[in-house]
Amino acid sequence: MNALYAARRRRNRIMMGLSLAATLVGLGWLVVILAVLLWEGFSGLSLAVFTEMTPPPGATGGLLNPIIGSLILTVLAVLIGTPIGILAGTYMAEYGRHDRVTSVVRFINDILLSAPSIVVGLFIYEVMVAPMGHFSGLAGAVALAVIVIPVVVRTTEDMLILVPNQLREAAAALGTPRAFVITTVCYRAAKAGMITGVLLATARISGETAPLLFTALNNQFWSTNLNAPMASLPTVIFQFALSPYKDWQVLAWAGALIITFTVLALSIVARALSASRTQS
Amino acid sequence: MQPVRRRSVVDVALQGDVIEAYGVAARAKALNRLRVIDIIFRILTRAAALGVLILLGGVIISLIDGSLPALRTFGLNFLVEERWNPVTEKFGALAPIYGTLVTSFIAMLIAVPLGLLIAVFLTELCPMWLRRPIGIAIELLAGIPSIIYGIWGLFVFAPFLQETLQPFLIAVFGNIPVLSMLFAGPPYGIGMLTAGLILAIMVLPFVTSISRDVFDAVPPVLKEAAYGIGCTTWEVVRYVVLPYTRVGVIGGVMLGLGRALGETMAVTFVIGNAHRVSSSLLAPGTTISATIANEFTEAVGDLYTSSLIALGLILFVITFIVLAIARYMLLRIERRIG
Repeated sequence: MNALYAARRRRNRIMMGLSLAATLVGLGWLVVILAVLLWEGFSGLSLAVFTEMTPPPGATGGLLNPIIGSLILTVLAVLIGTPIGILAGTYMAEYGRHDRVTSVVRFINDILLSAPSIVVGLFIYEVMVAPMGHFSGLAGAVALAVIVIPVVVRTTEDMLILVPNQLREAAAALGTPRAFVITTVCYRAAKAGMITGVLLATARISGETAPLLFTALNNQFWSTNLNAPMASLPTVIFQFALSPYKDWQVLAWAGALIITFTVLALSIVARALSASRTQS
Repeated sequence: MQPVRRRSVVDVALQGDVIEAYGVAARAKALNRLRVIDIIFRILTRAAALGVLILLGGVIISLIDGSLPALRTFGLNFLVEERWNPVTEKFGALAPIYGTLVTSFIAMLIAVPLGLLIAVFLTELCPMWLRRPIGIAIELLAGIPSIIYGIWGLFVFAPFLQETLQPFLIAVFGNIPVLSMLFAGPPYGIGMLTAGLILAIMVLPFVTSISRDVFDAVPPVLKEAAYGIGCTTWEVVRYVVLPYTRVGVIGGVMLGLGRALGETMAVTFVIGNAHRVSSSLLAPGTTISATIANEFTEAVGDLYTSSLIALGLILFVITFIVLAIARYMLLRIERRIG
C-alpha cells in the first residue's frame, strides 16, 4: 500500500516537473528570439535606416522605401478590409444570428482565418496580377485585405453578440429603425472590441510576407505608385537576409527588429484595450 | 455631460412631429426614407457576409483554373512524380508534399506534448498571479511574424544545430540499422529537421492556448471530486481533465497542424529548397509553400507557373480538410460546455 502510494506521488512529481520544464522551454524560446533580435537589430539600427533608400550591394543605405511601402500597403489593406469585415460581422450578429447562412459563413470564415497566406497570394495573382499584366502595390494591398477580412468578421461578430439585448430593445421601443439601432447603439457599445479586432488584423498583416511576394513584388527605388511594384519591409528582409552581402544582412536584421516591435506594440495595445473593457 | 448632438433618430422623430402639422404625405415620405435606409443597410451587410463565401469560392475556382494546364499535362501522376525539372518541363509534386508532411509531423511530435504540458502547468500548478503574464508571453510567440522565425532560424538556430544536435544525432544513431537512415549524411544545419523544429516553436502557442482554454472549461466539481477521493494532480489531469476535453484538444492540435502545413516564410529560410525525397531528416528538402515562395516569380512558361499553382491547390485542399476537422471538433466541445 505504502509502495503504491509512493509510486503515485513519484509519478505525479515527474509529470509536474515536466510541465514546469515545458513552460520554461516555451518562455526561454521567446526570450532567446527576442534577445537575438534586439542584439542583432540594434547593431544595425541607425538614423540612416529611416532616412535612406535601400542600397545596392556593398553600399550603405537604409530602409526608407520599404518602410513607406509597408505603411501604404497596410493602411490601404485595413481601409479595404475593415468595412467589409464589419458589415459581414454585423449581419451575422444582428440580422442572421440563428440563420443557416450565418453558421456556414462562420465556419468558412474560421477556415479562412487560418488558411495558408501563400494561397491568398496565388489567388490575387490569378485574379489581379495576371489579368493586369504586371505586379502592383494595389494587388498587394488587396491580398493583405483578404487576410484582414476574416479577423475583423470574427471580432465584430463576437463583440456585437456581447451587447446586451436590452439596449437594442430600448432603442427599438423608441421607434428606431433597425439600421439605426445597430449603427448608433450597438456599434458604440462594442466599439472597444471592434477596434481591438482591427488592431489585431493590422498586427497580423504588418509581418505578412508570403502574400506580397508575387503581388506587390518588390521595388529597389522610391515609389508610391499603386500601379507599380512596391517595396515592403517583409519582402526586403526576405531578399536581404538570403543574400550573401553583409550590409544587406545587417539591414535585414534592423528591419526585422522594426517589424517585431510594431507587431508586439500593436498586439499589446489591442490587449490593453480589450482588458480595460472587460474590467469596466 | 451634454451629449454631442448628432443627426440621430431622435432628430428625425422630432422632425416627423413638426412635419405632421404640414401633412401626412410629408411624414410618410420621411418614414419611407428611413425604411429605405434600413433595407439598404440590411442588404449591404448580407452582401458582405455572402462575400466571405464568395471569397472562398474565388480562391478555389482561381486555383483550379490556374492549375488546369499542369493537371491536364501530367494527370494524377503529378501527385506521385518526384522529378521537378524546369528545363525539360517535367513537374511532379511528390517531393514538396513529402517535405510538407514530414516537417509538419516533426513539428506536431514536439509541439503537442510540450503545449499540453504548458497548458497543464498554467491550469493546475501556476500561482494565480503568474497565469496571465505567462499566458500572454506564450501568445506573444504566436504574434511574432513568421519571417522573424525565418531569419532567426537561418542565422542562429541552423548553425547552432549544425554544431550541436546534428553531429550528436549522427554519432548516436549512425550505427543503428533503421534510425541511421533517418539521420544520414553530413550536418548541413539547414534541412527538414531544422524546419520541423522551427515549425514546432511556431505551432506551440496555438496548441497551448487552445488546450488551456478547454482545460479551464472543465467544471470544477469534476476536478474537486477527483481530488476529494485522493487523486494526485497528474491523475486528475490524466483521468478527468484529458478525457473530458479530448475533442477540444484534438481540435486545437488540428488547428496547429493547419498552421504548420501552410507555414511559408520560416520554412523557406531553413529547408534548403532541394526537390528530392530523402529518407534522412538532416538532408535539405522542400515543402509546398517553400517551393511556391522560392520559384513563383522566377517561373518562366505557362506549364511551370501552372504546376506551382497546382501545388498551391494541393496545399489548400489539405489544409482545408485539416482545418474543417479542427473547427468541427472545437464546435462539438463548445456545444458540450456552452
